[in-house]
Amino acid sequence: MAELPQAVRGFGVTFATIFKKVVTEQYPEQAAKFPPKPRYHGRHQLNRWADGLEKCIGCELCAWACPADAIFVQGADNQEGDRHSPGERYGRVYQINYLRCIFCGLCIEACPTRALTMTNEFELADNNRADLIYEKQDLLTPLLPGMLAPPHEMVPGTTDTDYYANKITGAVPEQAVQVDAEQVAP
Amino acid sequence: MTITSDAGSDLTPQVEMVTVVVDGVAIEIPKGTLVIRAAELLGIEIPRFCDHPLLEPVAACRMCLVDIEGVPKPQPACAQVVSEGMQVRTQLTSPVARDAQEGVMEFLLLNHPLDCPVCDKGGECPLQNQAMTAGRPESRFDEVKRTFPKPINVSAQILLDRERCVSCARCTRFAEQIAGDPMLELLERGANQQVGTAVDQPFDSYFSGNTVQICPVGALTSAAYRFRSRPFDLVSVPTTCEHCASGCSLRTDHRRGTVTRRLAWDEPAVNEEWNCDKGRFAFTYQEQGRVTTPLIREDGQLRVASWPEALDFAARGLSAASSHGVLVGGRSTVEDSYAYARFARVALKTDNIDFRVRDSSDEEAQFLRSAVAGTAVRTTYETLEQAPVVLLIAFEPEDESPIVFLRLRKAARGGTRVYAVGPVATRGLAKLSGTLIPAKPGAEPAVLAELAEQVRAELQAPGAVIMVGERIAGIQGGATAVLQLAQATGAALTWVPRRAGERGALDAGALAGLLPGGRPLTEDSARAAVAAAWGVDSLPATVGLAGAELLAAARDGAIGALITGGVELGDLADQSLGRAGLEAAGFVVALENHHSAITELADVVFPVAVVTEKAGTFMNWEGRPRPFAQTFKDALVMSDAVVLGMLAKAMNIAVGASDVAGIRQELGALGAWTGPRAERPNVPAGPVAEGAHLVATWRALIDNGVMQEGEPYLAATAHLVAATVSATTAGALGNPESVTVTGPLGSVTVPLEIGAVIDGVVCLPLNSPGCVLYRDLGVRSGQAVTIKGAL
Repeated sequence: MAELPQAVRGFGVTFATIFKKVVTEQYPEQAAKFPPKPRYHGRHQLNRWADGLEKCIGCELCAWACPADAIFVQGADNQEGDRHSPGERYGRVYQINYLRCIFCGLCIEACPTRALTMTNEFELADNNRADLIYEKQDLLTPLLPGMLAPPHEMVPGTTDTDYYANKITGAVPEQAVQVDAEQVAP
Repeated sequence: MTITSDAGSDLTPQVEMVTVVVDGVAIEIPKGTLVIRAAELLGIEIPRFCDHPLLEPVAACRMCLVDIEGVPKPQPACAQVVSEGMQVRTQLTSPVARDAQEGVMEFLLLNHPLDCPVCDKGGECPLQNQAMTAGRPESRFDEVKRTFPKPINVSAQILLDRERCVSCARCTRFAEQIAGDPMLELLERGANQQVGTAVDQPFDSYFSGNTVQICPVGALTSAAYRFRSRPFDLVSVPTTCEHCASGCSLRTDHRRGTVTRRLAWDEPAVNEEWNCDKGRFAFTYQEQGRVTTPLIREDGQLRVASWPEALDFAARGLSAASSHGVLVGGRSTVEDSYAYARFARVALKTDNIDFRVRDSSDEEAQFLRSAVAGTAVRTTYETLEQAPVVLLIAFEPEDESPIVFLRLRKAARGGTRVYAVGPVATRGLAKLSGTLIPAKPGAEPAVLAELAEQVRAELQAPGAVIMVGERIAGIQGGATAVLQLAQATGAALTWVPRRAGERGALDAGALAGLLPGGRPLTEDSARAAVAAAWGVDSLPATVGLAGAELLAAARDGAIGALITGGVELGDLADQSLGRAGLEAAGFVVALENHHSAITELADVVFPVAVVTEKAGTFMNWEGRPRPFAQTFKDALVMSDAVVLGMLAKAMNIAVGASDVAGIRQELGALGAWTGPRAERPNVPAGPVAEGAHLVATWRALIDNGVMQEGEPYLAATAHLVAATVSATTAGALGNPESVTVTGPLGSVTVPLEIGAVIDGVVCLPLNSPGCVLYRDLGVRSGQAVTIKGAL
């Protein structure tokens, strides 16, 4: 084979590549081609019981497990007529600072009620710091069918133990009445 | 075995020493010491739950089992006393002891819930710690754990999680042995054993919070602190309690700029390891209703002002006035009281100053100047414990100085006889197994003068103590009679004020006629020495106005400007006089941390620090300085002393140091006064009021006090507000369920209770919900009221 100049031989690579399949993703214009695996550590979420009551009991163990000091929790007592979770306490303030979070998942392991889990959402970017501190309303899961927004009482005839044993299947009409009454009251 | 007693011998008992060997190490210790203490002295830690050095041994938890040579079975070290030659082997050297302890731990954990992650005790839990050090890593128990509905209230404040309890009986023993409120008891048997109360009698003890602190597991928690934070999340600062003159050491735990809880701190000489519920739970007032900026009055309205503007305004107002007065509320630290005393004399050139913004008298002022201010410490908690006899006058220790009560109770259990002069054999006196020397309110001086020969003889015994409360001010001739009695018998006389700052204010010179260290203003040498220390040519030489006279002068327009520091108008017996005085005074400067009736009347209000925001010293009733550090190091609020220093600067007057260290140095340099003391009071006893029903009253520990605001659980443990009368008096009234008591200003309707009150006297709380005597009735102790059965 006749000796081509080095410079021309180099273009051979270029021409060959033109006909190869492109790996570049057009993100964010197009959706992510390879979504994260199911167990990817993404944004957190605060779960609810089947009737809509919050699972978080405000125990702050997540905040204590956090090696980056990214979580701030302040609990409060559930009151008569102002119940947000089964049992005595609920998380009144719940903040995760995503500027600090390292997505290690230790908070998830620490949570005694599985109130805190992680989603696959990784699109956490913003142009200011304040918006990256997620508040409780940003982290709570949306209400699914059969759930009612707290505050409302537990399912009549059940205790917090029934909730922890996962015996609650959904909100009942009595709870719906409480929620409606509250919405009408103010 | 016979023990011959030689109690009659007056020789100091020789302590018999015995030698015991613990884990192969010999130690010589007094006979009768518990094995667990002997081990502690050697630095050997035996695990324990029920053992507490201040409670009697009970050996309930069985955790401290040790192997003693010659004894077939392991023995509890907390209940076994040492004997000569005893060979003890703990878990460190004996497999038997180790195995026994591990077995006990496994047994204790059978039914103990695994809720450590959410339990308040988690992180400071003896059970958690000792399960790690003295337990087996695995449990063999695979049944379902016993559970109870949780939590139950043993009182409004104290909550009980029964499944966490290890039945150590610390709480029940505390209630019975220390507090004398045996309302907690172990109920049921076997696996159902649990702590409980009688159905209709909650654990409303003034000392209930201590049970939460000594509970070795998380079984007892307080409603105020339950789930509020975790121990490892708290910053702890040793502090001194600001509520009464007992001077307890406390530990203040705070988190993110808020106090989350307060604990009794270990101070053997003062509060041992206890405190009262007021000291433990009443701290929420620190955050509520605070004055945050200087305020000045403009066109009759207070408006926010900057510091320079307010200082200038106050300085001009004070300089313009020709006569001044200073009222210090009795809750200030020694340093702040000293700053007021100095400011009055140096900057205002007046001696019109008083810290007694309460029921006070001239006789009391004379008594304090002559017999209390700047005197060397004579009676302490320790001497109280050793005293053969204690006489209480105008003083109800359980309500007015609860740690004095606890020490008196300890003394009474050890044989001290307690007498109280007054119209009521109180609940507290009963718990002290005390004897009432009956006296109608106002008749105390006469009773003291004619005290039974037997009591008089007892008071002559070395170590006898006479304790006088602040209510002596309300009894004409009372202080005179007490001084005469003390002089005649040689008993140590001690004055126990109610507020934490009063003794300190007295020694700092915040009283007309008195300079720091108990120096009488009328002594030329004392005045010259203080003037030199303060860098002024002279000090006012005539004794100024104090108490009601000062307020009356203000009302009559004779006081151009008043400075008030931490004054609560509701404390005054004559509230209309207080209000009229402040309204008539030309210019009022208030240094306050809370909005109150005073700030409504003031022309300038300066915000000042509460105890967590400053360092300082309280002087307790013994005369013992109880210094404390600043809890919130970065607090920007200034103390009274600093604000007064700035005010003096604005008036172009130098008053000296206004920081804590500087003031302490100034006070130290002045030292105590050894010269002649002020003249003793000599006031004849007043007449006993006429009327079918005379009022006996004092402030309950838990009442409407301004420093108890915002603590509903504490308020709910207050004692029942009732009118207490004797059975005869109640019979004469027709034994109604409740009565309407009427005084000059109005009436209150309260339940009627029959108690150990002398006939013709009705005992009412002074400032409790639904019964505020000064405001609602307009009567003070010893005055007559009319009582009718309510419908």
